[in-house]
Amino acid sequence: MAQHQVNYASAAGLPIALTSVDKLVNWGRSNSLWPLTYGLACCAIEMMAAGASRYDFDRMGTIFRASPRQADVMILAGTLSKKHAEFARRLYDQMTEPKWVISMGSCANTGGMFNTYATVQGVDRIVPVDIYLPGCAPRPETLQYALMMLQKKIRKESANMKNNTKQNLRLV
Amino acid sequence: MRKYTPKDNVQKKSYYTDRYWVAPRVPREAVEEGTHFAEVVEKMKDFVKESYIEVGQLVIHIDAKENFEAIKTLKEECGYAQCSEQSAVDYLAQDGEFELFYQFLNINEAKRVRIVCRIKQGEAIESIVPLFNSANFAEREMYDMFGIKVNNHPFLKRIIMPDDWEGHPLLKTYPLQGDEFASWYEVDKIFGKEYRDIIGPENRDPARIDRYDTKRFSRVGYEVPFGADISEGEKENPIEYSETVLVDYNKDSGKQLDHRR
Repeated sequence: MAQHQVNYASAAGLPIALTSVDKLVNWGRSNSLWPLTYGLACCAIEMMAAGASRYDFDRMGTIFRASPRQADVMILAGTLSKKHAEFARRLYDQMTEPKWVISMGSCANTGGMFNTYATVQGVDRIVPVDIYLPGCAPRPETLQYALMMLQKKIRKESANMKNNTKQNLRLV
Repeated sequence: MRKYTPKDNVQKKSYYTDRYWVAPRVPREAVEEGTHFAEVVEKMKDFVKESYIEVGQLVIHIDAKENFEAIKTLKEECGYAQCSEQSAVDYLAQDGEFELFYQFLNINEAKRVRIVCRIKQGEAIESIVPLFNSANFAEREMYDMFGIKVNNHPFLKRIIMPDDWEGHPLLKTYPLQGDEFASWYEVDKIFGKEYRDIIGPENRDPARIDRYDTKRFSRVGYEVPFGADISEGEKENPIEYSETVLVDYNKDSGKQLDHRR
């Protein structure tokens, strides 16, 4: 973000940058979104591609973390079965605040084509979702775009998470 | 005169049925003398109730009580050293029975044999895990999906569905979209039963649009701010699909005949 760069010439030669706490905190949060290494189905293949060198999530400061304790974002990539719902929620609970959720693909959004007894009909039944990403499966560019939309959302939010209202308050 | 049949239920049947249509079946051929399969049937003769060849495979019907002995003979005397699959078919509505099948492969002869037996609901079958380790998971899956108990199985536990699941999903009587228990499973498990009201029932309609929800759906025609209330005092109208109803318009005006002319 250009406005945070210190322009020594215009700041009378002094290393000073003026900003608000919200902007500074959100700048930090939005530019180091670390998702959990967590794939459920074929969408996870696209997620892996997005993380690998060709699409390169790293250039957005996004590095997959192997522990929920270190992760900020949970990308629910794929079909969530009812048997696994408990564990997905447990991983979400283990993530430290602030945390966000991207629901990736049709299956995670609504159950998709799996209109059956064994599939959770939308992951928003168990975790609060910030970004719904459509597609079956969404291409890596789409996941990058979703991440950029999430960054945009975070930059608009208050740094104090208590002031932010989530769409899906019932599950926060 | 032909015998009169009531005509008021005629819409419930299909308009056209081919009286001469026969469901296609895989041809069943007799086991020819002098072949490898004839030897197998000869060695298994104490157990065989019926035997034939279907798509190049020998099918042997046996009594369910003798399954272990029969399969032991097949393995030790006929050289069928691999059990590739074992499961059941639900014929409860048709015959009141399950059909269990075991699929075997003889690697030296490159021949396959299917052992078939039938059991009633509630009956148990003897495990063949002492003969074939590969049957371990197959028998657990059969127990999970059909509820068929397997005697002397080393670890008979659900393999696909969660341990606390109710019902056996591959039974023909099990609804595809799940019963009451299945539809609330994740909510009950994670949040508890009291959260059912808050989270609400599953949405099984993939094309559902909530017209007053301006957070998740855009307003067609004119744009409105995100999250704005556009209901204008109208109550939320859930989308319902109409069913075609046959209306008898002439019920009162028409003259009802009490017998057929």
